[in-house]
Amino acid sequence: MSFTLFATAIISAMLINNVILMQFLGICPFLGVSKKSSAAIGMSAAVLFVMIISSAITYTLYDLVLYKYGIPYISTIAFILVIASLVQFVEMFIKKTSKSLYKSLGIYLPLITTNCAILGVSEGNITNIWVNHIGDYWGGLLIALSTAVGTGLGFGLIIFAFSSIREKLEASDVPAAWKGVPISLVVAGIMSLAFLGLAGII
Amino acid sequence: MTKKDNFLKGFFKENPIFFYLLGMCPALAVTATFETSLGMGLLVVFVLTSSNIVVSLVKKWIPHDVRTPAYIVIIATFVTVVKMLTEAYAINLFDALGVFLPLIVVNCLILGRAEAFASKNTVIDSAIDGVGMGLGFTLGLVVIGILRELLSTGGIMFGVYLPIGDAPITLFSLDMIINLFAADFHITDYGLKVFGLAPGAFIALGIILAVFQFRKSRKDRKIAIAKMEFIAEKKRIAAEKKKLAAQKLAKAGGK
Repeated sequence: MSFTLFATAIISAMLINNVILMQFLGICPFLGVSKKSSAAIGMSAAVLFVMIISSAITYTLYDLVLYKYGIPYISTIAFILVIASLVQFVEMFIKKTSKSLYKSLGIYLPLITTNCAILGVSEGNITNIWVNHIGDYWGGLLIALSTAVGTGLGFGLIIFAFSSIREKLEASDVPAAWKGVPISLVVAGIMSLAFLGLAGII
Repeated sequence: MTKKDNFLKGFFKENPIFFYLLGMCPALAVTATFETSLGMGLLVVFVLTSSNIVVSLVKKWIPHDVRTPAYIVIIATFVTVVKMLTEAYAINLFDALGVFLPLIVVNCLILGRAEAFASKNTVIDSAIDGVGMGLGFTLGLVVIGILRELLSTGGIMFGVYLPIGDAPITLFSLDMIINLFAADFHITDYGLKVFGLAPGAFIALGIILAVFQFRKSRKDRKIAIAKMEFIAEKKRIAAEKKKLAAQKLAKAGGK
């Protein structure tokens, strides 16, 4: 039972409710960092890494502290503080332990604090679990983690595909009015249209 | 900068959505209808103004190194207030905005104004800046919302999400215009449904930004042409002067 749940949550978060194209979370890095594929890969690796850790911590915090002691309304303040300090901590930890990892992820980590995908997944997790798994800590944690993995992978998939398209787009002859962000948004719209077709697979 | 300029700059000259591309996530996500855009915009006005006021009040006591977390906590407090008020008084809007209501915390516009304006200016200036920038953001959202709702349903409804009146009213619809010319003629299903869904959001915002860029590129071209004409005129005058001087010299030599 748990494996099906896990797989369903991953596929649904990655392809059907894609974080960028369907839920519009993380549009700033999507438009900002997707000019080169190498930057896109670095950013999405950093997002995946932080997203998994932060959703495990925020879910635990919500279930074992905030909900238990009757202060769930404070969740937004608590989550943003957890995420901001976690990003700082991860940055320092990576800097001390692995120089090569820091080189590839380091510059993207400070940008993640204001990436709404991270906070969005944390907030989404608690509302999902509110409906489905109240009181069952481990089951809820499993769903939260698989949603985080799926969302991070979906983010990486889209941002990498989009950066590849954008590299081609730079070389093509676009009218002056559409150059830059407008044509990128229309391309994203067409990608989103394609992903709309995946809605029926589960 | 006068107070009036400070208030008005957010509407056109420094519009957060169309010129700075700030707050793109809500600009795409909550603009399916006119009314959700308006509701989101008004909530942002409240949060931005209050956080600007508080940041400019406490700016002296916040150490420089921890200012960003401090600002985020101030903003998150007001977002929590707004979240609870919306849930209590406008439950339909609360459901429609969903996760984007708590996500006002990470809206780059609010943190950006706290950092760039409120931490350097007086309380009154910061409040005016907050209201102006917030209303500019609302204007941007409403423009996108009107375009999307008009294209996806063929009309503008009001009163569905905001707690105003009892029954929703139709502000505008294509039926009204058609009925002016032919009373018995009814078209049904003229909406482009895709503009109410996710892909339409990207495409609608792309079209609006392209219109702005078109206007800007025309203005730039006009400026460039004017500059070139100015330079050509200067060159012509300089050449004429040279010619005149040469003629004078020739005359003097001839004598």
